[in-house]
Amino acid sequence: MYRYIARRVLLVIPTLLGAAVLVFALMRLIPGDICVVRLGSGGATFNPQAIALCHHEIGLDKPLWLQFWDFVWGFSHFDFGISMWSGKPVAVEIAARLPISLEIALLATIVAVSIAIPLGTISALKQNTWLDVVVRTVAIGGIATPSFWIGIIAILVVLDTTGALFGRPWMPPIDYVPIWKDPIRNLSMAILPAITVGYRYSAVSMRMTRSAMLEVMREDYIRTARAKGLLEHLIVNRHALKNALLPVVTLLGIEFAFLIGGLVVTEQVFNLNGIGRLFVQAVQNQDYTLTQALVMLTVTVFVLCNLAVDLLYAWLDPRIRFA
Amino acid sequence: MSITLPRDARVPLSADDTETAGAGSWLRVTLEFCRRQPFGAFGMLLVLVMAVTGLSADLIAPYSPTANDFEAMTEAPSWAHWLGTDQFGRDMLSRIIFGARTALTVGLTSSFVGGIAGLVLGVASAYFGGRIDNLFQRVCDVMMAFPLIIMALAVVSIFGTGVHNVIVAITIPLIPRCARVVRASALAIREVAYVDAARACGYGHARIILRHMVPNVMAPFLIMLTAFVGQAILAEASLSYLGLGVQEPVPAWGLMLQGGAEEYATTAPWIAVFPGLAIMITVFGFSIFGDALRDALDPKLRNR
Repeated sequence: MYRYIARRVLLVIPTLLGAAVLVFALMRLIPGDICVVRLGSGGATFNPQAIALCHHEIGLDKPLWLQFWDFVWGFSHFDFGISMWSGKPVAVEIAARLPISLEIALLATIVAVSIAIPLGTISALKQNTWLDVVVRTVAIGGIATPSFWIGIIAILVVLDTTGALFGRPWMPPIDYVPIWKDPIRNLSMAILPAITVGYRYSAVSMRMTRSAMLEVMREDYIRTARAKGLLEHLIVNRHALKNALLPVVTLLGIEFAFLIGGLVVTEQVFNLNGIGRLFVQAVQNQDYTLTQALVMLTVTVFVLCNLAVDLLYAWLDPRIRFA
Repeated sequence: MSITLPRDARVPLSADDTETAGAGSWLRVTLEFCRRQPFGAFGMLLVLVMAVTGLSADLIAPYSPTANDFEAMTEAPSWAHWLGTDQFGRDMLSRIIFGARTALTVGLTSSFVGGIAGLVLGVASAYFGGRIDNLFQRVCDVMMAFPLIIMALAVVSIFGTGVHNVIVAITIPLIPRCARVVRASALAIREVAYVDAARACGYGHARIILRHMVPNVMAPFLIMLTAFVGQAILAEASLSYLGLGVQEPVPAWGLMLQGGAEEYATTAPWIAVFPGLAIMITVFGFSIFGDALRDALDPKLRNR
């Protein structure tokens, strides 16, 4: 068990280092000089001193290996440099927007789990009935529908319904208020984006729950449980679901990191000032230091989520624990 | 989107096992597929309709996708404009029809290029094994740590926007995803006697990989390819919606949702509804077709 954990934790280091090399290399692949691109955009004139100053600010005047070392060392200290656009530290920019994205991600997970597990289970238990077909269609629909479109339609429906009911259309607030200060305002802001992202998130887990349940329900121990006359709901809840949820947990963990990808688009729809929106702005403004930090941050979250899932899996499944 | 693949990919007993008897059998196989997988056949139909729409856009679109009619801006669906017009007076139906061409161009090109690169790399990695395989797997780990849209955004931030760059941006993250799955199937095939026999005959690495191993991992590869097309179309729509993908005036579904969709949501909802439906129906078609293909090709699932 400890050897497994140690090996798994150690594997994180080369992956993150590799990702750092890739991000570092990508940002230096940009054709031409970043500073010229930045200062010269819009046909503005600039002098060589400004270029030199810009190089110095970003550290481009140092040798390549030192730049990479600074990048990795800074990252390990949460020091991501200065945003090329706003001039503020990247860490400050990210910290200001993190709570809103985290809250939506967590709410979306809750939405997803509470849709996926019951529906996936029912779909498996009622295999090949109309209920199964409906659930599977809903699930594939969730995978096939772009989350930003669900967002637009959700806004449309809310506007029309509230307009018809109260005579005045209601729009969810877009500024972030911490949940402990004004829970109603906070939730009314976060709930639509959470449902939008959560539906898509649930679709993948729903399919996984269904196929895992189908597999487990054919196991010998389920037949044994039936043979000894156990009630069906006990068989499903105690024997089947517990085992079927293992792959679902894995998937939820992996997909959690993908939520960040989903948030990039969804935050744009709802005009929310979160990490995703910051990402898009960074790319639009050619703010390479910020883009670099955000890509690295996403990758780190992803890698750590995977690690957490693997460790959780080892803890839940004795076959891995004692291997 | 996650891809579930056959866990125990069938290992063909001879190199010719996957080859079909003749041209007539293709029709028989297709008909058998439609009979056994009606849901999948429906998906195939949706995909075909979209493909024909995209290919013959010039012939079937009632208007030019870029022609503005300032007399008819944000006009509701009518006989003249079946799906209404957008805020610039452009015919929505024509833009959606031409948008199919953009979506399929990006979707098919990036998934085919990414898929084939992944196929060759994955099989080669399994074939050579040892250190090369190990190193390649670590590179895949790193690449796959980037969520698709994040990797695509990073690539777009370097190369800029536009159809070609979007294709590159979506192709790159697909390569390791394909290679990983193909490698798993290829590992089983490497152990089969005909690969040893080919080696004993003194064939070169390239010949063994391309002629003897690649044809036998076609089943998982095809399943993945259909899933990739859907993912690529969604990624293109997302990038275009963010203003970082295909640029105006090229008609693209994601782009159509970018400008007026939210602004005119209540007054002209058709601007927001129809392009999204087009994306949904297309990706839905590819998804259920891919699912049915997996069920049909996976012996373990076939009898469920």
